[in-house]
Amino acid sequence: MNVHEYQGKEILRKYGVVTPRGIPAFSVDEAVAAAEELGGNVWVVKAQIHAGGRGKGGGVKVATSMEQVREYADAILGMQLITHQTGPEGKQVNRLYIEEGADIADELYVGALVDRETQKVVLMCSSEGGMDIEEVAEETPEKILKIFVDPTEGLNRTEAEDVCAKMGMPAEAINQGADFLAGLYEAFVKSDASLAEINPLVVTGDKRVIALDAKFNIDSNALYRQAEIVEYRDLTEEDANEIEASKWGLSYISLDGNIGCLVNGAGLAMATMDIIQLYGAEPANFLDVGGGATQEQVTEAFKIMLANPKVEGILVNIFGGIMQCDVIASGIVAAAQEVGLTVPLVVRLEGTNVEQGRKILDESDVKLQTASTMADAAEKIAAAVKA
Amino acid sequence: MSILINKDTRIVTQGITGNTGEFHTTQCLEYAYGKDCFVAGVTPGKEGQSVQGVPVYNAVKDAKEQHGVNASVIYVPPRFAAAAIDEAVDAELDLVICITEGIPVADMIKTRDRMRKMNSKTVLVGPNCPGVITPEEVKIGIMPGYIHKKGSIGVVSRSGTLTYEAVHQLTQLGMGQSSCVGIGGDPVNGMKHIDVMKMFNEDPDTEAVVMCGEIGGTDEEECAAWIKENMTKPVVGFIAGVTAPPGKRMGHAGAIISGGQGTAQSKIDALKDAGVHVTVNPSEMGSTLKAALS
Repeated sequence: MNVHEYQGKEILRKYGVVTPRGIPAFSVDEAVAAAEELGGNVWVVKAQIHAGGRGKGGGVKVATSMEQVREYADAILGMQLITHQTGPEGKQVNRLYIEEGADIADELYVGALVDRETQKVVLMCSSEGGMDIEEVAEETPEKILKIFVDPTEGLNRTEAEDVCAKMGMPAEAINQGADFLAGLYEAFVKSDASLAEINPLVVTGDKRVIALDAKFNIDSNALYRQAEIVEYRDLTEEDANEIEASKWGLSYISLDGNIGCLVNGAGLAMATMDIIQLYGAEPANFLDVGGGATQEQVTEAFKIMLANPKVEGILVNIFGGIMQCDVIASGIVAAAQEVGLTVPLVVRLEGTNVEQGRKILDESDVKLQTASTMADAAEKIAAAVKA
Repeated sequence: MSILINKDTRIVTQGITGNTGEFHTTQCLEYAYGKDCFVAGVTPGKEGQSVQGVPVYNAVKDAKEQHGVNASVIYVPPRFAAAAIDEAVDAELDLVICITEGIPVADMIKTRDRMRKMNSKTVLVGPNCPGVITPEEVKIGIMPGYIHKKGSIGVVSRSGTLTYEAVHQLTQLGMGQSSCVGIGGDPVNGMKHIDVMKMFNEDPDTEAVVMCGEIGGTDEEECAAWIKENMTKPVVGFIAGVTAPPGKRMGHAGAIISGGQGTAQSKIDALKDAGVHVTVNPSEMGSTLKAALS
């Protein structure tokens, strides 16, 4: 689950991390009121969407008067903000964050994530703040310093101070820098984060260390014990189809192609997407109905796939293990009838009770083709949408 | 022969009184030597009950004392599953197979750290995996037993139904399996591809290996590097997720391309470089292996 920058900063402040003062705003008037409450003479008007690269896309502006705060808030709120992470259609900005300006002397980067190889949390630190860190990793990997944190001992203070120095922090700021790393690590662990990124972390002219941005991604398996973070969920930031799918226990992700696919199991679902492309069409979605799909789930899956106007055909690929093919076949027939299927359908069933399953499909009134292998299925659906 | 499990393995089911635990234990009991192998169950507070004739204990160590179990399979709900692994590790079992899906990553970090610091000899498979099967001997997990056939091909995979697909193709082509290991789709887990590959390489009755990987992490690349230097048997590889876009989690918690790492292409390249017979067509895993062996 993703959260907004201002929510990420709330999490950070709970663990002692210093951030600029700021107030979220949902309207232009609220934005101006927020700036007035913050005081001072420089404010940053920041679009709040669940995507990076907001500054480059025109979603972050520095204002030096109340008129400018109003002007920028008016321009950003409601805009379709396009960044390298939003896709070409962009994302509508529904929330702003008004923040006091900071006197930036140096911009650094710190990210925290789970390292799969060492099975520890790793803090990735770089002097190249404000940049796209993937580019830094690619071109100058030596500029990324890593701290692997021992899960029982926690962050080693000496190591943290050492990395702060190597990142180029001035001597007066190193103590604060180590405090920041300790706070970030604690925030990461206590909030069950899977990713936390502070880009940039800044050192100000008066040598203070401040988190100027905050991106948090929370492990969805741990939300049951993160009640406060669940409150942060902003459904307007999520794909409507993905939300609908999750209500039915389906794992669904929209893609750009023309073939809807319904599969049991994540690995097989990806393999099905791949084979669709191999035979000249493109997958319109990833959809995993899970290990024990019911007729109801299959029906909902069909509805979600058909709600996508790009879908020109549907491929069902089920490997019945514990799940029986005859039950699935009945589900497919019922679902196709209920939703009023308007596009070609190819069904490939394999596994337990496959003969009974194929018989149900063959004898039904639903217009569909059956396939014996994944390749056969992909070939048939690709041909059907070309015809 | 086989790896990890055979008909002499003695197994305790943790979470046996839950619906999932009972259902799958029943299936496993009915498979080959299952009735000899599945000797005990554990659910705290339910000692004295029995499930399908299998006695239930409060703790893994009690099941071990009473029945000499050396392996466990876990169907405990996600929020208690890491503690269930810890318990099996403390009981010094040889093997723990955790089927449970949805364990918080932070819990698994602690559990794995604990295993390392106590120099545990216990081998963990999973979590979020279909389990392990040695065909016609014993099945520990949720895979459909009947698609398997005894033979000499090892199968290792991060995904459940994709493993079944590979196994089915092999069986259809008359190639049985020595053992099939589902290592699971979570970012922090026990055995990785490389660990299973080493065991297959050592196993005299495994002639060749099918390896199914997927996007996310660098496990396949690490395995490829090992294969290149050490593997003496033919390996067929398939990597799922060529069409998966970066930044989107494909069902499994571990299946995500992020930070420029974990793309299908980098895995395919690494495997090819290691001499693995890579197929990009998931329908041709079996036939690719057949060709490699002829």
